[in-house]
Amino acid sequence: MNLAERVRLRAQTLADIRAFFAARDVLEVQTAVLAPSTVTDPDVESIAVPGYGFLQTSPEYQMKRLLSAGAPSIYQLGPVFRHEERGRLHNPEFTMLEWYRLGFDDQLLMQEVADLVAVVLGPGAVQTVTYQQLVGELFDQSHVERSDLDLRFAEACDGLKPGRFFVVDYPADQAALARLRPDNPTVAARFELVIDGVEIANGYWELQDPVEHERRFAADRALRRARGLVDIEPDRPFLDALQKGLPNCAGVALGVDRLLMLAQHADRLDAVMQGPEF
Amino acid sequence: MLEGDPCTILENEFVKPGKGQAFNRVKFRNLKNGRVWERTFKSGESLEGADVVDIDMEYLYTDGEFWHFMRTDGSYEQVAAADSAVADCKDWLKEQDVYQVTLWNDDPIAVTPPNFVELEVTDTDPGLKGDTANGGTKPATLSTGATIKGVPLFINIGDILKVDTRTGEYVSRAKG
Repeated sequence: MNLAERVRLRAQTLADIRAFFAARDVLEVQTAVLAPSTVTDPDVESIAVPGYGFLQTSPEYQMKRLLSAGAPSIYQLGPVFRHEERGRLHNPEFTMLEWYRLGFDDQLLMQEVADLVAVVLGPGAVQTVTYQQLVGELFDQSHVERSDLDLRFAEACDGLKPGRFFVVDYPADQAALARLRPDNPTVAARFELVIDGVEIANGYWELQDPVEHERRFAADRALRRARGLVDIEPDRPFLDALQKGLPNCAGVALGVDRLLMLAQHADRLDAVMQGPEF
Repeated sequence: MLEGDPCTILENEFVKPGKGQAFNRVKFRNLKNGRVWERTFKSGESLEGADVVDIDMEYLYTDGEFWHFMRTDGSYEQVAAADSAVADCKDWLKEQDVYQVTLWNDDPIAVTPPNFVELEVTDTDPGLKGDTANGGTKPATLSTGATIKGVPLFINIGDILKVDTRTGEYVSRAKG
């Protein structure tokens, strides 16, 4: 695909995404890309901007603050940043599509994710596999190291090709900010979309309980200390918003550049980036 | 060093799930046996560095078992390389030419030829006069015993050919 065709594909895809949400009455928002605080997740490093705070690794906290303040279903389409992530499928700056649906659970949102992907890549069935099926016998071993589990999982995801796959039933300790499944609290109401071995989206039926949020952030910080990473103070405005009450909703973040990469049958992210690649 | 053998890294890919730890998927070539394979490392894992150096050395001769090279730094120091070290390069070894010898703990484990070598033709079908423009080709045997294809029809025994050692293909006729 030549440059003119690539520019046209990205422009058309962004327009299609906006039309998709307009038809469903999901409203576009533009929250702060640069904010005073950031995520505690021990596997995600933010880029600090001295004197201002951090470039956001996802609009999640800012969007959830809007939802807690009474916003309807919303989406954001824009740049996010991750420190020291570069490679065939990574660039420190990339375009993320994130959206939240009031009243949805993870099942309803998965259907919508499949519909959106079909708009960009064309129709196609999505198969479902469980986290346990992917990591195999490591799942039940209590002594297994988290890094070995992550490695097995990454290799198994890489093998999910060709085709579209939802990975579901993540173990409770990998819930991130998903709630635990009410009928089976050993697994989280979290899903990921993997297409042709490439991780495309990560979604939750969102956790609402502010106390449980505080507990998970504390666990993140303990892990950060154990790994010798920089300490991150929990995002106070976000926690304050949760006290007011995050409505029942499901949300998902989707890597737009990776989707474009698949749409143009490329196997490297730099085939679709339009700025300087880092 | 991997599993006791010196290795060179061919590719190093950053792998990271969105919510999960980072890894490096590394493609290696074992410098002793040439085997290429992949292994994934957790971030922070470390490996022992191999004490490997590449040195320019002049090829002297072979006694049938070893191939003898000499340093070009004026020390006249010699090393004897076994068959495994020269396997990929035997076809291009010409006495008094300079090659890159990879030493591991002072043992030669690999010999790399220059990208281009000039070798004499020892056998080929007779040249055809007046066929220089037409694209016909034939095989030719060189002084090292190597046979290369794609040689133009006008080349004769005794000509010196420039050969690309990476592809094993004819490049041009050197002065002959």
